[in-house]
Amino acid sequence: MSLLQSLTTRDRVFDFMAPQASPVDVRHGPILYMEDVSVSFDGFKAINNLNLTIDDGELRCIIGPNGAGKTTMMDIITGKTRPNEGSVWFGSRHNLLQMNEPDIASLGIGRKFQKPTVFEALSVFENLELAMAADKRIFPTLTARMTGEIKDRIDEVLGTIGLIELRFQPAGILSHGQKQWLEIGMLLMQRPRLLLVDEPVAGMTEQEMERTAELLTGLAGKQSVVVVEHDMGFVRSIARKVTVLHQGSVLAEGSMDQVASDPSVVEVYLGADDEEAA
Amino acid sequence: MSLTTESSTNFWLTRPFSERSTQIFLSVLLAALALVTILHVAVPPDNPLHVGAYTVNLFGKYLSYALLAVAVDLVWGYLGILSLGHGAFFAIGGYAMGMYLMRQIGERGTYGHPVLPDFMVFLNWDSLPWYWLGFDMAWFAFAMVLIAPGLLALVFGFLAFRSRVTGVYLSIITQALTFALMLAFFRNEMGFGGNNGLTDFRELLGYNLRSNDTRLGLFIATGVALALGYILCRAIVTSKLGRVCVATRDAEARTRFIGYRVERFQLFVFVVSAMLAGLAGALYVPQVGIINPSEFSPIFSIEIVLWVALGGRATLYGAVIGAILVNYAKTIFTGVMPDAWLFALGAMFVLVTVFLPKGVAGLFRYLKRKTRDDHPPKEATA
Repeated sequence: MSLLQSLTTRDRVFDFMAPQASPVDVRHGPILYMEDVSVSFDGFKAINNLNLTIDDGELRCIIGPNGAGKTTMMDIITGKTRPNEGSVWFGSRHNLLQMNEPDIASLGIGRKFQKPTVFEALSVFENLELAMAADKRIFPTLTARMTGEIKDRIDEVLGTIGLIELRFQPAGILSHGQKQWLEIGMLLMQRPRLLLVDEPVAGMTEQEMERTAELLTGLAGKQSVVVVEHDMGFVRSIARKVTVLHQGSVLAEGSMDQVASDPSVVEVYLGADDEEAA
Repeated sequence: MSLTTESSTNFWLTRPFSERSTQIFLSVLLAALALVTILHVAVPPDNPLHVGAYTVNLFGKYLSYALLAVAVDLVWGYLGILSLGHGAFFAIGGYAMGMYLMRQIGERGTYGHPVLPDFMVFLNWDSLPWYWLGFDMAWFAFAMVLIAPGLLALVFGFLAFRSRVTGVYLSIITQALTFALMLAFFRNEMGFGGNNGLTDFRELLGYNLRSNDTRLGLFIATGVALALGYILCRAIVTSKLGRVCVATRDAEARTRFIGYRVERFQLFVFVVSAMLAGLAGALYVPQVGIINPSEFSPIFSIEIVLWVALGGRATLYGAVIGAILVNYAKTIFTGVMPDAWLFALGAMFVLVTVFLPKGVAGLFRYLKRKTRDDHPPKEATA
């Protein structure tokens, strides 16, 4: 077993091998497995006995009122926050609690933050080029060549995020929604296995929301996608399975209709949300 | 010069040659060098078109300033590091050259000492300080022209960038650096000639510095150095590394987040820039015949930044235009109305900031876009 492990971890020596021969073991189904995770800040339990399983290729929406622990959960997965107890596994081989942030990122967990940050002076194409998984030391970067292979990869992602026509435009002129897509594209350039997307449609127009829904549902299957979102209409339009968080633990899980009809969920979240909306 | 084949555009050092702006810049520079040379050599002195030795020397000085401005534009325009201390690297390169030129004087000094420069004899020193050893050899001195400023930038930059000192704080520290060096070099005990600096140079590589031919040679050498420095900087900014620099300038945390060790990139570019500034200083000193601590003065470093701002940031050729324009204006003003120069410089800066926020280079770009919009080319541009 240890021999097998030493052979398979060679992807860390050869960066380019990582995407083709991913070491993440998903034979047992789940790509992310969180069990009995708790974390408290100064006595306040932000996460309380959280159990969550994400299957490989799944698109999962996570909803919950403010303070439910959604962002803290993402921080734990990406290694930014250490839980007090519990276990977090990526596939059935990698214990994320023993890894630091850059290692987790290079393992294939990409995270998109709420506020889009793209390099405004660079073109859309160049933004994707910089984000690509590559040797990022000084001299390899200085002498880096633009090969047909890299171009194809960038064009592929440009197609996915629907910015082909704008590829030579500076990212600064993009609309808010287009910047969000570009940022998702920058994550895709790193060929992640699991995408964590925080509030992707905040501040978007209806049309932009529709396109984002298409983009995210299109990604599922190739990647696993976890979306944290407040907008119920948007969640309804993309969700196959929804998890409701409340006070740091899972309140309900299931299809949107199942969840929406759950009385406890209606009480803590949907009811309140409808009142706000009204 | 149109090397637009796939292979040449892909090798980082030759990539600039396929750029239109570089082609134009190099053509103009080479034409100017050739023109001045011809007007100096082939046109008889009584002809009004003749360019005198004094003017050739003056142009050589402008070109060394232009190289210095390119070095500043590399770190300020593309990396976003506003260095208010680049004069220090320029001066150190100049001192390295000055030390070589002092050693070349040999026994012909006022005191006739075979080894010690005049000021050391005057201070009653009986042997050379250790850091003057080796400067009698040209190769060593010329290497030091690059190594000494590069080393200072390496140590300074390592400490600053590792601690993530950026923005206005870094500007202030660079300013303090050059000010501290100025005070240190003013002291006689430092062994660099104190207040008077190094002067009375005679020969460079055996050529008499006072002859017109040597002056022409230095002018051409400075022009060639400017061309090479420009190509190097252009190669850096058109590479992927250059795009990482721009990304760092605009969103440093984000660049770090996608996996680049930002502080190493900053350090690399800062050191390259300091070495180019040192080279500019080394070419400047034999042309003006003196190097003294005033080159370390903070005011000079701020002036360099003004040249770049006037010419247009983040274009490189703008820095060249700015350096030459401002210094030409300075020559004229200090000749006609010496007291008015600082007012004129201030007025130029205000006018350019108000009417040409992107500098003279920005005006070029605007005119180019305007003519293209007025007469759109046949094939639509993507």
